[in-house]
Amino acid sequence: MSTILGMIPSILMMTAPILITAIGGMISEKSGVTNIALEGLMGFGGCAAAASHTLMEAAGMPHGASICLALFIGSCIGGIFSIIHAVAAIDLSADQTISGTGITLLADGVTIFASQILFHADRTKEFKLGMQAGPFGIYPTAIIALVVVFLAWFVLFKLPLGMHLRACGEHPAAAESVGINVRAIRYGAVITSGILGGLAGGCVVLTQTIQYTSNTINGKGFIALAAVSFGRWNPIGITGASLLFGTAQAFSIISANFPALRVLPTEVFNILPYIVTLAALVLFSGKNYAPAECGKPYTKGAS
Amino acid sequence: MAKTKKDGTRLQQLLANDAFVSILVVLLGFLVGTILVALVGRKPSNMYKAIFQAFSGYNLDNGKWNPRYLFESINYAVPFVLCGLSMAFANRVGLFNIGAEGQYVIGMTVAEVIALLGPQIPVLHWLSILIFASLAGAVWGGVCGVMKAKYEVSEVVSTIMLNYTALYLSRIICLQLPGANTFKTANYPKTAMLTNPLFQKFTNNSMLNNGFFFMLFCVILFWFIMEKTSLGYGMRATGFNKEAARASGIPVVKNIALSMAIAGAFAGLGGGIVAVGSFTYGRVISGQDGYGFNGIAVALVGNCTAWGTLAAGYLFGLLKNAQALMQSKNIPKEITFIIQGLIVVFIALRSGLQILNNYLDKKRIQKEASK
Repeated sequence: MSTILGMIPSILMMTAPILITAIGGMISEKSGVTNIALEGLMGFGGCAAAASHTLMEAAGMPHGASICLALFIGSCIGGIFSIIHAVAAIDLSADQTISGTGITLLADGVTIFASQILFHADRTKEFKLGMQAGPFGIYPTAIIALVVVFLAWFVLFKLPLGMHLRACGEHPAAAESVGINVRAIRYGAVITSGILGGLAGGCVVLTQTIQYTSNTINGKGFIALAAVSFGRWNPIGITGASLLFGTAQAFSIISANFPALRVLPTEVFNILPYIVTLAALVLFSGKNYAPAECGKPYTKGAS
Repeated sequence: MAKTKKDGTRLQQLLANDAFVSILVVLLGFLVGTILVALVGRKPSNMYKAIFQAFSGYNLDNGKWNPRYLFESINYAVPFVLCGLSMAFANRVGLFNIGAEGQYVIGMTVAEVIALLGPQIPVLHWLSILIFASLAGAVWGGVCGVMKAKYEVSEVVSTIMLNYTALYLSRIICLQLPGANTFKTANYPKTAMLTNPLFQKFTNNSMLNNGFFFMLFCVILFWFIMEKTSLGYGMRATGFNKEAARASGIPVVKNIALSMAIAGAFAGLGGGIVAVGSFTYGRVISGQDGYGFNGIAVALVGNCTAWGTLAAGYLFGLLKNAQALMQSKNIPKEITFIIQGLIVVFIALRSGLQILNNYLDKKRIQKEASK
């Protein structure tokens, strides 16, 4: 029992970044823009946070301030790169899958290129002290994630802005006709998802490792994408899905501690999120939970 | 993509030409990459020297010629072309196949298993490796096709999910192979490998192997199926307009499933060729090779045609081969990833050309009206 209780902090540590990214993905998709760039946006944020924390730490900045500022910088970088996706998807009616893929490819190059220039290695220099765990060994990222989920739920379902945003994803022409600025709302949603992706990348680096390498994100953004589908574009569903996927990720690291689980290869837990999502997509294929106009470009006055 | 317009301006005619736009996009990618290299205080000329050496084998700094570099680039192009064909084939049927990476990994894994455990009969051994690698890729892609056709599961999501499933499944399987440790297995028997002694002799021991011929065969096969058979016609029709194709009696559901299987076979073959062509032992991979993901870029640059994909695949192989040379010339090799990423981003932005086209049309009509 104590081992299971002891696992909770690491489960939360793995869940928090997935959840934050997934909520960002949900906001973008609810507004009608598919965002498969999440993986890349996490990379940008993670690299920026790791690099800035290392540099600020070396400059002798107080630890707490350095962590907060690093997360902030990571979020900003994520937000900035998501603008590329926003321009392509919203103003140029581009294929959103292509621009998302492009940003993910770009992230592989830009992050390590920046590390080569800043630290003369194919990774950022390791920092001495990452984020410190709070009471019960739980990292503050769990609290950040909870706040993000609550805010997203509140804005999307309790404020007029949220209703407008959802309208843009369901029927942009109708939304436009009642005076909603579809373009502005979609821009806001995509950039928000970029900021959250960058924040989550920072959380990954500052809690799970000591530096950013090309393997740091390793599919977490795609797991978040799976969590959005599996959680049916709904904050509570996505929280549940992220918790499940975070647990699977945590098990893949610590299953060696459980004699009963040692017979299974640890990779089984890595596969779990993807297979569960596929199975769910097939099983619930009759009903479509995705926003109706998600992924389709909208041109004002075209229809 | 853009329709050919006879009555447009010269610029409009050029922009309506897909090949011209592709070249423009690639040049733009290189331009931004060059500026970036200059901005961080490195010499862009070194980058081009490295690319030139990978292209011609000629080292501009000391004037020595080594054909190995030249043929190494061609060898690197093989998986890029095959993964590009995978993406391109599905794209022509209106599907976005992000799953070449997974199909490639599964092909590679099956190839490693048969290479180490299969009967060691000359020719038959490596032939069976390539056949089963293609079949494994076909199954991996076909699953997504069936899910799309029968259950309307988005192929974008399902192929991404299967990419990572393939990666970890490959680890589970390869760790069970003879002599496996955390990163490699035992060496292959001689009969498993694709080495071509003639190539080795004439190319100063480059890694170029018989897989090259299979790649060429696949390019021709792609062209033949797509452009010359009724199956390809039905597939293209499905890609253009699903409903119209269905109404004309084209089996849309079957075409979707089949096209993903054929796409998967291309990428699976790529995995098989890399496994027994470029390596002498089985790899236990811990991350993705990136051929599949870059295959998307290759196909898009090549406008999803057979010959375009061949040319774009060679460009990417060239860049990959130039990486090590760049690193030795004090240019971070990741610049090639940046250029590749930029190319894909610019391809996404090319839809903006339609807006430019409309603007030019408007200008032209205004001008004619005011005459």
